[in-house]
Amino acid sequence: MLEPSIVKDEEVESLIKEVYDRYGYDFSEYSRASFKRRINRICLIDRFTSFAELRYTVMNDPEYLKRFIEEITVNVTEMFRDPYFFKTLREKILPQLGTYPLIRIWVAGCSTGEEAYSIAILLKEANLYHKSLIYGTDLNPSVLEKARAGIFPLQQMKLYSENYMLSGGTKDFSDYYTANYDSVRFDKSLQQKLILSTHNLVSDSSFNSFQLIICRNVLIYFDRGLQERVFRLFDSSLENLGFLALGAKETLRFSKLDKNYHQVDDQRIWKKLDHH
Amino acid sequence: MKAELVVIGGSAGSLQVILEMIKKLNDRIAVPVLLVLHRKAHSNNILQALLQQLSHLEVVEIDDKTEIENNKIYITPADYHLLFEDKKNMSLDSSEKMNYSRPSIDVTFRSAAEMYGETLIGVLLSGANADGVNGLSYIKKNNGTVWIQDPETAEVDYMPRHAVEEVEYDLIITPGSLADHINGL
Repeated sequence: MLEPSIVKDEEVESLIKEVYDRYGYDFSEYSRASFKRRINRICLIDRFTSFAELRYTVMNDPEYLKRFIEEITVNVTEMFRDPYFFKTLREKILPQLGTYPLIRIWVAGCSTGEEAYSIAILLKEANLYHKSLIYGTDLNPSVLEKARAGIFPLQQMKLYSENYMLSGGTKDFSDYYTANYDSVRFDKSLQQKLILSTHNLVSDSSFNSFQLIICRNVLIYFDRGLQERVFRLFDSSLENLGFLALGAKETLRFSKLDKNYHQVDDQRIWKKLDHH
Repeated sequence: MKAELVVIGGSAGSLQVILEMIKKLNDRIAVPVLLVLHRKAHSNNILQALLQQLSHLEVVEIDDKTEIENNKIYITPADYHLLFEDKKNMSLDSSEKMNYSRPSIDVTFRSAAEMYGETLIGVLLSGANADGVNGLSYIKKNNGTVWIQDPETAEVDYMPRHAVEEVEYDLIITPGSLADHINGL
């Protein structure tokens, strides 16, 4: 079925402004095409028959706002998504990070945590976990609650296990979780070094310095101006010779900062050049 | 009305049609051609390399925020939906699958129809899935042009047969004639 077009362009603009004025969430520099699809989708799944009804609920029900934010932002993620990316992390990047006494990694826009858990597994297998800290952030508190619980659907494990093996994993993937009916709980030790916190890439500033920042399939939802600002935020949060990892089709190429970075192989990983 | 963009959607059985078209396209074409093909989630750039070998035109697998230019062939990357921000700028979206597909042909047809209106040509090829049929109707509703592969010539006729039955089309194309029609724009 084709999604209906319930919402007009002007209505999207006015909703963005009202949500910002009332709640402080700023979606004004999100890519419009995708954002409009999300608004139409939420009207459909929450059975709003008109834009006015959606608007009224968002503006008058702070509880519903949480749901609105969760649905408006895309939270599609998986463990070891793009296994060859993780293979590069495992084989080329982690050995370089291993020389630091303390490894700080930021997973920006971590959603329900699948990538943060994947990174924890990589670090364990590289014997670096004991001296690492993984910061997982998202603007959306409810996805972070899910990340904190570490419980994922059992039906996904076949795919995750295949991804894990393609990424160069040699253990039995099921050793990392305990299955229970239709869900699995990941090993508590994978959370020991995981710090989950809200952080909005649009409005919040740098909060630490890192050797590796991973932000995959988040920037695609931002327009070019906002992308550039977020690249600057990452740049100011990244140590010299640190790494920035993006999604499979995201690029630093269109950014002014590109010249200060060197791309690693054909992967979407950039190394920050040493400048004094 | 002069066409400004050709979007070609295809699934099972469409690659042969694309290969034949690529070989026969002129060295200069009047519009960009955008391909939205169903393929495996972890596909790498093999399709780009394959098409580039056969074409004098530049073949580009789309990165987020790529600007579309004339005289080039664009491939939608596996595992992303492709949307238009405006006539020039394309953005990617990794949200839920539509019609069990990501990329979904419907999603791109629809977005392109909103931006290009009557200057869009939507083409639907062979496939085993209904993805694309609704999008063609939407292109028509926005006064665009609809071409459908002759179901008799399709390796898998489900998709074009549904399209022919349900959509008001302008032209039935065959694997042999698709390039001629684009060259003639």
